[in-house]
Amino acid sequence: MSFYIPLGVFALIVVVFLLGFGLGNRTELPSALIDKPFPAFAAPDLFQPDQILGRAQIVGRPALVNVWATWCPTCAAEHEMLIKITERADVRLIGINYKDDPTKAIAWLGQFGNPYDLVLVDDQGLLGVELGVYGAPETFLVDPNGSIVYKRVGEVNERIWQQEIKPRLIAMSPDVVHGLDAASR
Amino acid sequence: MWYMALMLRLASFTTILWLIAYGLGVGVNTPIVFAASQVDVFTFNNAEEEARYRRLIAEIRCPKCMNTNIAGSDATSAQTLRVAVHRLIVQEGKSDQEVLAFMQDRYGDFVLYDPPLSGKTWIIWLLPISVGLVIVGFILRLLRQSKDVARPDLDLTGLDPATQARLKDIIQDQ
Repeated sequence: MSFYIPLGVFALIVVVFLLGFGLGNRTELPSALIDKPFPAFAAPDLFQPDQILGRAQIVGRPALVNVWATWCPTCAAEHEMLIKITERADVRLIGINYKDDPTKAIAWLGQFGNPYDLVLVDDQGLLGVELGVYGAPETFLVDPNGSIVYKRVGEVNERIWQQEIKPRLIAMSPDVVHGLDAASR
Repeated sequence: MWYMALMLRLASFTTILWLIAYGLGVGVNTPIVFAASQVDVFTFNNAEEEARYRRLIAEIRCPKCMNTNIAGSDATSAQTLRVAVHRLIVQEGKSDQEVLAFMQDRYGDFVLYDPPLSGKTWIIWLLPISVGLVIVGFILRLLRQSKDVARPDLDLTGLDPATQARLKDIIQDQ
């Protein structure tokens, strides 16, 4: 009988360790904001800083809200993909220029191209806090009612577009994604 | 002596407990870094606000780093959250509970080192309690067993009377 006690304890330790180490990559947190309304905000337009934009500029049509900065290498890596997405789908792309220098941001968009319909300035990162942002890039898919339906932490690439963003966009309104790309799904 | 065996078994059991606690506890609810690694320049209306600020930034976990509070992290997101906590306290006059709820609404249970008991978190609350109960039961059993071992009924009948007397002497001395 006493033989089974250490054996049982050992088995328990093995199970606990398997659970603990099996959790794998924990760098991505589940977003607390999925299915919640996009927060209200007031942020200046990058190109017209005297113009203050709010939530009304985002809701009404499907929108991708992309948090980016010139200091963020992954943002540069995904930039090409963002341009492709605006070509493939009739989705509004809103940029949030996160904790950045507006002058640098404008120069950066001049150099690499500007796929954004609007760019909001969040120099202090407080709009980012409203959105639960903890690093750039982060990308939110917002439905026409203004609810956040999906959040991507990290690079938006072809796989994320095909598997995560496109199906959700089509579910919102089937003709949002342009003919060729919609057919290739 | 009977209690030596008990102590040995308890000692090895303590080691096992440490291992279990380590496996469970790390990354769940122990902030490792308490010291502020960066000096932010903030102004407060009074000392009480500052004390609340310091307590809250030690209580909120940095979402970017796995196991550091926002007081102890240089990550930009931690710095931003310190700005947000300062603003909530000083400009918006929020209570401690409101500040924590604000963070939880936006970053989820992860940012709280003291997560609420909910569908997702019951295991980290119940597991230590149930492990504790099992251990208490185990120790009680050990104690009972040890007492049994301590008073053995020695079969001395086959020995000559002198040896019997000596053995009884020795046992009583102990």
